[in-house]
Amino acid sequence: MSFKIYKVNEALRDVVPQEVIDLEEKATWGDPKRSVMQIPTHKELLEEHSLCAGCPEAAAIRYILASLPNPEDTIIVNSTGCTSLVFPHISLHTVHSLFGNQNSVASGIKRVLEYRFPDKVKDVVVLAGDGATVDIGLDYTLQSFFRQEKITTICFDNEVYANTGGQESGLTPKGHVFKMAPKGKQFEKVPMWQLAIDSGCHYVARLTVSSPKRVEKVIKEAIYVAREVGPTYVHLYTPCILEIGLNSDDGLEEMRARDKERFKFFEYKTPEAEEVLAKYKEEGLL
Amino acid sequence: MATLGPAQYSPYPVAVYEGVLTPPKGKALLFNEIVDEETAMREAAKAMLTRDNATIFPGPQVLYAWNEEATEKAKLVKEMAEVLNAKIIPMYDYRPKYPKIDPEVEINPNHPNLTIWHNKIKACIFIGVHCHYANVALKIIRSETDCFTIAMCSQAGHEDAMITLRD
Repeated sequence: MSFKIYKVNEALRDVVPQEVIDLEEKATWGDPKRSVMQIPTHKELLEEHSLCAGCPEAAAIRYILASLPNPEDTIIVNSTGCTSLVFPHISLHTVHSLFGNQNSVASGIKRVLEYRFPDKVKDVVVLAGDGATVDIGLDYTLQSFFRQEKITTICFDNEVYANTGGQESGLTPKGHVFKMAPKGKQFEKVPMWQLAIDSGCHYVARLTVSSPKRVEKVIKEAIYVAREVGPTYVHLYTPCILEIGLNSDDGLEEMRARDKERFKFFEYKTPEAEEVLAKYKEEGLL
Repeated sequence: MATLGPAQYSPYPVAVYEGVLTPPKGKALLFNEIVDEETAMREAAKAMLTRDNATIFPGPQVLYAWNEEATEKAKLVKEMAEVLNAKIIPMYDYRPKYPKIDPEVEINPNHPNLTIWHNKIKACIFIGVHCHYANVALKIIRSETDCFTIAMCSQAGHEDAMITLRD
């Protein structure tokens, strides 16, 4: 993929809607310093989506897309879940994998890209929900970490299977009751961030998306480390406001409340990752 | 294609069910007949010049400047539109659009009939649309509208179009 596919031919420029011209002219391509602070002033790579009003997952995706250091050469692999409603609407190449095998698909894509474009930086980012990452796809996720695949895995943890009516997932905290889990969860939440560390990830972060700047920093660090060292994992809390009985405008407050308890910001970096991040910091890219 | 649309909810809305296949190399398809490219070109021009609201639908392969050839083809599409006095409505994106498309300025392969109904298009040319999406769109158009479709394809052609030119 290259930036050229966003350039409209001069001869047909007058028949193309303004939003396409804006994507070429006002989106932040070719600038590794692009940031969430540009969301109000620049063309976003996602403007309209079909998630519920006020869904924190939508905010998370917007922040992530605005933080990608190399969007024109980034491939996103996603999986079944609420997020898969968004990916048809974003302006990057995305691959929808089968439910759970997103990290395997991403591994293949990354290896082929390294083979075909040895001189070019191509980032592969997995974006999937908690069901795909931790329940159905846990094997594939962990195996990709064991194999030290150079991909970034981002898990949107809403602690429930939201768009199928509210079944408990591996990431639902113990005791939580949902519409389709009336007895409440019987065992503890899977500590996925810890599993990622134990499985060989070089950068792991756990946070909510209440702070866009923090999301940006984490995403950039995770991608830079994945580019040069090995697998990275980011665990984002994006509550399903409908399933936990909140209003559309309560998502941010919910995340702020969880910032202080089970989603307190946590970051882990290996010494190799620290080295790479220090280099990028020196270059002014972090 | 054997007939013009609308085929409506025919149990066999697809041309191959009626035995229509893409033309062999060097030939073209006019309805269900294999003809010379010249004949097909002449019929295509006749349809575009005589039917109401003739429109060209350029796809991403000619809309975007992803190589030199695409830039050249875009100029030719523009020239063709001027010669035929046809409107150009781009199929610039295959993704389903949320919340809805604007049928005056765009056509989407997932529901191309909306643009054709809205603009009362009776003849159209598909050019630079990737095979799979052209196939989907042409089937929907034949099913839902009476638009005369012409596919200018750089691969094997499209049997669901009324005229298909290949290579």
